[in-house]
Amino acid sequence: MYCWDQEKECMSREQLEKLQLRRLKETVYKVYAFVPAYKEKMDRAGIRPDDIKTLEDLQKLPFTTKQDLRNNYPFNLFAIPLSDVVRIHSSSGTTGKPTVVGYSRNDIEIWAELMARALTSAGASRHSVIQNAYGYGLFTGGLGVHYGAEKIGASVIPTSGGNTKRQVLLMKDFGTTILTCTPSYALYMYEVMQEMGIEPSDLKLKAGIFGAEPWSENMRKEIENKLEIDAYDIYGLSEIIGPGVAIECRCKSGLHIAEDHFIPEIIDPETGQILEDGAQGELVITAITKEAMPLIRYRTRDLTILNRTRCECGRTHARIQKVLGRSDDMVIIRGVNVFPSTVESVLLDIPGVEPHYLLIVDRKNNLDELEVQVEVSESIFSDEIRKLEELGNLITKELEGNLGVGVKVRLVEPKALERSEGKAKRVIDKRKI
Amino acid sequence: MAKQISVFLENKAGRLSRVTRVLGEAGINIRALSIADTSDFGILRIIVNDPDKAYRILKDAGFTVSETEVIAVQVPDSPGSLATVLEQMAEENLNIEYLYAFIGTSENDALVIFKVEDIEKARETFKKKGIKFVDEKRLYQL
Repeated sequence: MYCWDQEKECMSREQLEKLQLRRLKETVYKVYAFVPAYKEKMDRAGIRPDDIKTLEDLQKLPFTTKQDLRNNYPFNLFAIPLSDVVRIHSSSGTTGKPTVVGYSRNDIEIWAELMARALTSAGASRHSVIQNAYGYGLFTGGLGVHYGAEKIGASVIPTSGGNTKRQVLLMKDFGTTILTCTPSYALYMYEVMQEMGIEPSDLKLKAGIFGAEPWSENMRKEIENKLEIDAYDIYGLSEIIGPGVAIECRCKSGLHIAEDHFIPEIIDPETGQILEDGAQGELVITAITKEAMPLIRYRTRDLTILNRTRCECGRTHARIQKVLGRSDDMVIIRGVNVFPSTVESVLLDIPGVEPHYLLIVDRKNNLDELEVQVEVSESIFSDEIRKLEELGNLITKELEGNLGVGVKVRLVEPKALERSEGKAKRVIDKRKI
Repeated sequence: MAKQISVFLENKAGRLSRVTRVLGEAGINIRALSIADTSDFGILRIIVNDPDKAYRILKDAGFTVSETEVIAVQVPDSPGSLATVLEQMAEENLNIEYLYAFIGTSENDALVIFKVEDIEKARETFKKKGIKFVDEKRLYQL
């Protein structure tokens, strides 16, 4: 059995819950004392830190949402002084105000531990050669995997994303045994491999750890068959810590969530009510060991199912099912979070453009593509092609600058896009995932 | 000077037939027509017998439509005569956004529809140079 920290990963539920409760209490006291936004929310809900006596009492606490992160931009949710913050990451995909996450030295240490667990769970060891093709930078994927891989003493190749031919060349020449990237990029690499005349049998690749975008069981099969490897799903979100929140084990039947650091709940996204284990709902996470930016009942908007039964691998931590949907209309394109609301505010900033738009996401040659259809209203219509093309280019430039992802803008006739009472349909996702 | 109706069209089957059908059913007669297109969309430009009505009808039918001031010039239907007109415009630095031509109005002349940057200046120039342009009413009734 592959465990990085068997004592923690396989501890009895009873012990685990005791540990969770102690850490939860500490965290609630801390945020109440040091983060005015939490104090305000708890005061309004009439909850004092002393009211948290059992794990069930967690339900009394108000949720935290992405909007809370934006409202407290940039550092107002930090529970420690900036001088004790050693790293700041930021998530993509929002106009004006991105979300910010701070890490203390200890937070970075815990993150590296969790990634060490994740990599070990996928079979990595100090003998592994890990090629990390997640982007390095503000995005948590690159550095998250990197620290975990170094922690276990593997040899890390920090290729980051892009330059696929070189990726393949290094994979072959350096004898990469484990690949980390988005699942769609893994398939794209395979195609480039084919073009270069390199077969999986020419490689030492054994496993891949794929995440940062939704992917299905079918896609897993495709990756495993083509690259002749085991493909493991990893889950994380920058608001919580980055990758390493949950990871699949060799059983590939759900992702173990690191319950000694995160308490998962599943709620009905409409009512906020807690759902029974086994019911599909929105994942809510409370981070109980973070120093710089603890999060209480953070609504991830990811839809999944929680399973607390014991796994064959021996780990006792609860499993979440592969995340396949969102309770909002965010789409993830090449690892970048795209919200229709961002597109809307960009369009509204361009004089004359009306917020009638539709996002069409497709996957071509295993790469995600985003098309934004914008209706041409009378106020922006010109009888000259040149002016309309200039407008299209301007919209493209503004969208790409704000979304951080390539966009194809298509101008369409008014009313071409479906209107609906209430919530308009803003996204068509044609990707077969 | 004349009013041209410009219509935004997506590049997909059936859009042009829909516009012409809507106009036909309203009894609008098309005098001249041109289409400019890109891979995604096109702009239909038409001269009709009743531009204000055509504008209303198309707008009601949900099209993005605009009225554009253009100028219709009568050019002798003989080799080199369009070149002469264009040269005279160039001499006066008159910028042309686009143009399209049609024949068949009178036996000896062709009509060229110009969209220019500065329509007043174009009028002055044409008058000065003795270039014949067709007035609105006559154009619609051609």
